[in-house]
Amino acid sequence: MTVDVGFGGVAASLVLVVVAVLLSRLEALGLERSIIWAATRALAQMLVIGAGLGLVLADDAPIVLSWLWVVAMIVIGAVTVGSRAPEVPGTFMVALVALAAAEVTSLLVIYGFGIFPLEPRTLVPTAGMLMGNVIAATVLSARRTLTEIDEHRDEIEVRLSLGRPAREAVRPHLANAISTALTPQIEQTKIVGLIALPGTMTGLLLAGVAPLDAVLTQTVVMFLILGSVAVTSVLVGRGIARRLVSPDQRLLTPDAITSRSRFISHK
Amino acid sequence: MFEFRDVVVETAGQTRLRGLTGIIPDHGVTVVAGPSGSGKSTMLRLCNRLEVATSGSVEFAGQPIEDTDPLQLRRQVGMVFQRPIALPGTVADNLREGAPHASDVEVRQILSRVGLHDLNERDARALSGGEAQRMCLARTLLTEPRFVLFDEPTSALDPGASTAIEELVLGLAEDGVPSAWVTHDLSQMRRLAHHLVILVDGAVAQQGDVESVLAHPVPDVARFLAGETIR
Repeated sequence: MTVDVGFGGVAASLVLVVVAVLLSRLEALGLERSIIWAATRALAQMLVIGAGLGLVLADDAPIVLSWLWVVAMIVIGAVTVGSRAPEVPGTFMVALVALAAAEVTSLLVIYGFGIFPLEPRTLVPTAGMLMGNVIAATVLSARRTLTEIDEHRDEIEVRLSLGRPAREAVRPHLANAISTALTPQIEQTKIVGLIALPGTMTGLLLAGVAPLDAVLTQTVVMFLILGSVAVTSVLVGRGIARRLVSPDQRLLTPDAITSRSRFISHK
Repeated sequence: MFEFRDVVVETAGQTRLRGLTGIIPDHGVTVVAGPSGSGKSTMLRLCNRLEVATSGSVEFAGQPIEDTDPLQLRRQVGMVFQRPIALPGTVADNLREGAPHASDVEVRQILSRVGLHDLNERDARALSGGEAQRMCLARTLLTEPRFVLFDEPTSALDPGASTAIEELVLGLAEDGVPSAWVTHDLSQMRRLAHHLVILVDGAVAQQGDVESVLAHPVPDVARFLAGETIR
């Protein structure tokens, strides 16, 4: 049996949004507007994406449209990461390179080993799924790298003053930042299926696919996400750390780093 | 040892040094004193290139400082910071941060020199403030610097621990390792200084032998020495 939601189903599920709004009012959370805005925005975005996907995934659509879709996702992802670390100029480029590297590696594995057939119906969802999971870790890696280095300026300057190269002086703090960014994904990989049923699998089961197929597909996706998260966290962390030190081996002055990151809430 | 000409430093939209011209000689202890915010730390940090001048020139041993290799320079010009920063690990780990190939004998010798006998295997973060600052000095000395910069290294220490550090620094100068010592503590300045550089508002107000400066202070310096707030 497959599930056919339809607009009626979506309308019915709005009841849950109403519940959230009522709870917000009841508990005086002041989140009513925010919830309504989020739900409306999500609905509008998904309708637009659905229409776009309809074009890209149409039977006679050329695969180049799917590749363009992937490129657009990477660029939007990089803009998102860049906007979360505005105090470091060039974060957008760092994120662009990192996200592209993660996508290229993953897609090479998927299609190089023939795990999925290369067609729009596999390319767009896989690339999108990866991006959705990788962005959070990438943003976390960027922010943690900034705060780790900012909070340990004194230790880094001690190492510099002892004649250590800047790259080595920031290394322990960069390692902390990257491992913080990677940990949630590692934890999630450990508990997959036990506590949480992940998205791909849920979607496949709802769409009527046999459980074993759903599980195998999900496992592939989990491993791809883990690998991609590692690639982007390392590349973004290193890229940002490199921008915080100067070619003449100084830790750049607080006006670039501290003034904002100390006051922007840390994830 | 260091010569500053018309040095301006601007960071974060603030002018920290405005046309500083002065000399730190290559012998004895030069105390850099002045009210807080007068640019003392900035002047010191220019000497090992933790900061760079926005304009003007800084020379080290007759060479423009920007022509030196920063890593080589920092091994020749050591620095002890205001707060004693113990890096993770033991005291010996800390000492080897700047001198990875130092032998156990060298580590023990340098620790004895700063009065930390047999503490090499102690967790560096379990040291008292005074011990930690002596460890920091030992860590710097193990790189065999020609000159040492001290940025208010005793401001977080009790009087006994401060005296121990001061004696070490005077001993170093006698042994031919000159230093520059930043402070706003007038009595400490009098105890340590062979030479004085007094900064007011990002520029040198007066400098020279300690006797001549104290005997004939210019008006701004006289007010600083009298403990008045100057701006």
